[in-house]
Amino acid sequence: MARKTTTRSRQPSKASEGEAKKPASKSTASKTTASKPTASKSRSATSAGRKPASRSAAGKSSSTTAKANAAASRSNAPKFDKAQEFKAFRDMLLIRRFEEKAGQMYGMGLIGGFCHLYIGQEAVVTGITMAAKPEDATITGYRDHGHMLAVGMDPNGVMAELTGRQGGLSKGKGGSMHMFSMEKRFYGGHGIVGAQVSLGTGLGFAAKYRKDKSVSLTYFGDGAANQGQVYESFNMAKLWNLPVVYVIENNKYAMGTSVERSASTTDFSQRGRSFDIPGEQVDGMDVRLVKEAAERAIDHARSGKGPYILEMLTYRYRGHSMSDPAKYRSKEEVQTMRSERDPIEMVRKRILDQKWATEDELKDIDKEIRAVVSEAEKFATEDDQPDASELWTDITVSA
Amino acid sequence: MPTNILMPALSPTMEEGTLAKWLVKEGDSVGPGDVIAEIETDKATMEVEAVDEGTIGKLLIAEGTEGVAVNTPIAALLGEGESADDIKADAEPASQESKVEDEKPAANEAESSGSDSDEDKKPAAPAAPAFEAESDPDIPEGTEMVSTSVREALRDAMAEEMRANKDVFVMGEEVAEYQGAYKVTQGLLQEFGAERVIDTPITEHGFAGLATGAAFAGLRPVVEFMTFNFAMQAIDQIINSAAKQLYMSGGQQHVPIVFRGPNGAASRVAAQHSQDYSAWYSHVPGLKVVAPYTAADAKGLLKAAIRDPNPVVFLENEIMYGQSFDVPKLDDYVLPIGKARIARKGADVTIVAYSMGMRYATQAAEQLVSEGVDVELIDLRTLRPLDLPTVIESVKKTGRCVTVEEGWPQNSLGSYIAAQIMTQAFDYLDAPVLSVTGKDVPMPYAANLEKLALPSTDEVIDAVNKVTYRK
Repeated sequence: MARKTTTRSRQPSKASEGEAKKPASKSTASKTTASKPTASKSRSATSAGRKPASRSAAGKSSSTTAKANAAASRSNAPKFDKAQEFKAFRDMLLIRRFEEKAGQMYGMGLIGGFCHLYIGQEAVVTGITMAAKPEDATITGYRDHGHMLAVGMDPNGVMAELTGRQGGLSKGKGGSMHMFSMEKRFYGGHGIVGAQVSLGTGLGFAAKYRKDKSVSLTYFGDGAANQGQVYESFNMAKLWNLPVVYVIENNKYAMGTSVERSASTTDFSQRGRSFDIPGEQVDGMDVRLVKEAAERAIDHARSGKGPYILEMLTYRYRGHSMSDPAKYRSKEEVQTMRSERDPIEMVRKRILDQKWATEDELKDIDKEIRAVVSEAEKFATEDDQPDASELWTDITVSA
Repeated sequence: MPTNILMPALSPTMEEGTLAKWLVKEGDSVGPGDVIAEIETDKATMEVEAVDEGTIGKLLIAEGTEGVAVNTPIAALLGEGESADDIKADAEPASQESKVEDEKPAANEAESSGSDSDEDKKPAAPAAPAFEAESDPDIPEGTEMVSTSVREALRDAMAEEMRANKDVFVMGEEVAEYQGAYKVTQGLLQEFGAERVIDTPITEHGFAGLATGAAFAGLRPVVEFMTFNFAMQAIDQIINSAAKQLYMSGGQQHVPIVFRGPNGAASRVAAQHSQDYSAWYSHVPGLKVVAPYTAADAKGLLKAAIRDPNPVVFLENEIMYGQSFDVPKLDDYVLPIGKARIARKGADVTIVAYSMGMRYATQAAEQLVSEGVDVELIDLRTLRPLDLPTVIESVKKTGRCVTVEEGWPQNSLGSYIAAQIMTQAFDYLDAPVLSVTGKDVPMPYAANLEKLALPSTDEVIDAVNKVTYRK
């Protein structure tokens, strides 16, 4: 989505309310000190935050729900084995480090146009991809770098596409919002909010038509969830029982408009009720809960029962795009999520608690991942721009 | 070596900003994602986050400094084992410049390659490759010609392609049980079953997107819009998802899909149901746009459209459905997309038309020929890619041209063709090119007004008389 941040009246920055950064909080396991009484809101019912079907008038405050779910997650979360924890850690960290680098390169003018970062939401695509099979199709909107890395697309190619170079996955002709991989069955990367929902439903249609047992993993945000074609798609998906898992990444803000200000009902997991599509709200910051819910949803779709909705309660730390100063939310809100609910920190802590690795060993993994990202940066900076003749190629293909 | 933290750009257009506030001081440790400073522009204030881990060795720009250029080092970050003493050499402006230069190697290259003094001047775009259409296949001597309605020809084309390729399916409102709102899909459900002939809910935006997604996955959908008026609800998917996909993916993902249905005015259905979208779709790179007139062309071109690996918008006309033409009885009659058909050879004036425009043009030509005007009549058949060479060649011969279409005049096919003739055949022209179009009004309901709003045979004759200076 290419909507420009409107010029808002600049407020004097008020960073001085004692929330100056805690330095170097990253690798110190000091998270417990800041813990807010989120547990008090714990919803005791249901496994893994699953909703009773009758839930309709969800509280207006989705943050309450998120916190409640988050709290629930601690007690009900499924266990990951060592290999799973490490996979989740690496996959999420790659996205985090890649996006941080992309943000930096954007700031240096190396990346143009719009650049929507996935920082904070890593557990969603990581958990779902862990539950999926390689033959399953993935499609998403414009905040797509994380999805591409999660399905295994080449970081060099992704970064070089961001810088608009010939070695980019779309030869530099697509940019941040438009990358694809036939091999990984990744169908984009779409810049029109909500368009990928109909397209993803079509991927499910193709699976059913061919009886190939694949599932379409169709991601969209809380903003897209208000688009009309989403409901046209829900209707057809259930009418024909198409194998589609709709993953609503509710990061609480549609660009600068909060869910509360844009949605008449804020429980997006229930948006399929009129079509008889089951849905559940999931703590999207806990990769274990994401994976568990995804397994349930994917099984449902693969077994021929039709579509399933997963609302992932998540949070993006950065603005909507790089040019969004994110004045519509408080620094405290962002900081609380970062320090208490960070998806990567939670895995790191569990790994340390289990003594599956030392701080230093995790640091080595971080170094490895930074090397991958640095390599991507190098490739994306040194690679040539596409040849001028590329202007005229790939418009139509000959038979 | 210490890492320089650079003044970031908030947007591609930002050149400088104010370093409003430092949130760290020298000696502080920072990690990725930690907010270290705030910068301001005239549009926004924004936080600067650290990307790397380390210790702030030196703040190079003081808080409150205005006009700090993007990419100026604002702080130096020390890695493990580095000290503030390492900083000085790196923070000099010289290294800053080289850094900035490093960042845009390709841009500099592009600039230097094509221009002389003005460094902002971009190099000239390479010329568009010429499109060369194939010719129609030869019809073997003695081939039986069968009088067939346009409706039957379209149905036969779909049925033949569905028999040949299991990935081809038809989807749309009332295409199956009802046998087609205009009976174009008659019999398909019976032959191919409900899995391949699919009634949709009335949900154009949704099913156009769904079908496009199915095409991404390699199926070959034929989407019927009950009329193209309703496809306006779906035009985002047609253009943004189907037409642009190949280009956006650097050639990886083609989208083999056909969007077909009646286009243009029917009869007495008023403004919302009577619009010609030819010019709209023919505007869009990545689409092919076909608008046949005869039954044979409808059949041969629809078969080609279904086989084409690109998205094809196939514009039919309700009024033409019942009209019959000779269609060669061949097992596999396929015509090339992108080739105009010279319906009548002549030497005095070129008339260029397509779809319903051909009806007015054909009637006009008959009368004009009887009056001694040797008309050359070109049926475009395909609107994108447009067979301009055939038109230009004809005009070079006749020196005069009239275009005919039902759409509105502004930015019509006719206005584009006239401009191209002016550019490519100016010296051959003996008269200005005239365009006969629908009137520049929403379609009225009243019978007399509707008639006035549409082009007519008389208007075509009139235009030919003008360009030939006969009257």
